[in-house]
Amino acid sequence: MAATDFTPVASLLGGALIGAAAVMLLAAKGRIAGVSGIAVRLLPPYADSELAGRIAFILGIVMAPLAVLLVTGTAPVPTIETGPALLALAGLLVGFGAVWGNGCTSGHGVCGLSRLSVRSLVATGVFMATAIATVFLTRHVL
Amino acid sequence: MSVLVQFAIGLVFGLGLVVAGMSNPAKVLNFLDLGAIPSGGWDPSLAFVMAGGIAVTFVGYRLVLRRSQPIFGGTFHLPTSTDIDARIIAGPAIFGIGWGLAGFCPGPAFTALTVGGNPALIFVAAMMVGMGAARWLANRPAASLPVAPRA
Repeated sequence: MAATDFTPVASLLGGALIGAAAVMLLAAKGRIAGVSGIAVRLLPPYADSELAGRIAFILGIVMAPLAVLLVTGTAPVPTIETGPALLALAGLLVGFGAVWGNGCTSGHGVCGLSRLSVRSLVATGVFMATAIATVFLTRHVL
Repeated sequence: MSVLVQFAIGLVFGLGLVVAGMSNPAKVLNFLDLGAIPSGGWDPSLAFVMAGGIAVTFVGYRLVLRRSQPIFGGTFHLPTSTDIDARIIAGPAIFGIGWGLAGFCPGPAFTALTVGGNPALIFVAAMMVGMGAARWLANRPAASLPVAPRA
């Protein structure tokens, strides 16, 4: 596993940017910035006429690393050490679980907690617990 | 105009993920690895992401909700459900296992599409399949019927 540096200032700043985007989306469209909720509505059938806006929002997220490359000259390349089969399984679980539980890290963990939602507090507690347990099992037990 | 603004908001969101380090699964997994605390391998950075995100959103949401409606019209769409049902436990439990296996949640997975190569494509494709499956299962006619009808 790759070691990573403790980056409290950058992480706080990045978190603030995520929060600023969530506030802007509520101000502009009256919507919660939940990435899983927005992403699942990219799939047909479509219930409303907001598809272009949702595509634009997700496209903005997709293009962000290229904006960083443009400004700093260095691409923020992720370190992915998980093999293809496990990545596919993880993707299925993340996608299924996020939609089944009506939200992910952004919708529950940031937006929901900020609204003092008890559902989001429960959801965040549960996914933090199973994620920590999964990493413990895969790195220290298995 | 509204579509362009939503692109810009997505860009800010994605920049936040990259600046925070959350777009890197190695950093996410090192945050979730509490078992690495004794050896000094634990990376607590992502707690700061959540703190920064919640601080701005907590204040910002309250300011925005003083408005009578969103800038581009319509109404504010805020979740109203308060039920603590099986789905609000099972969904996040499954989500967390996947998150712990690869270190990707949906936002960071989308940032990886441009810089993460084939592994990112595999994850996002599988994630969209999982999302579609959950929505299909939730929307089945049978699923909307009460389990035990009351007389």
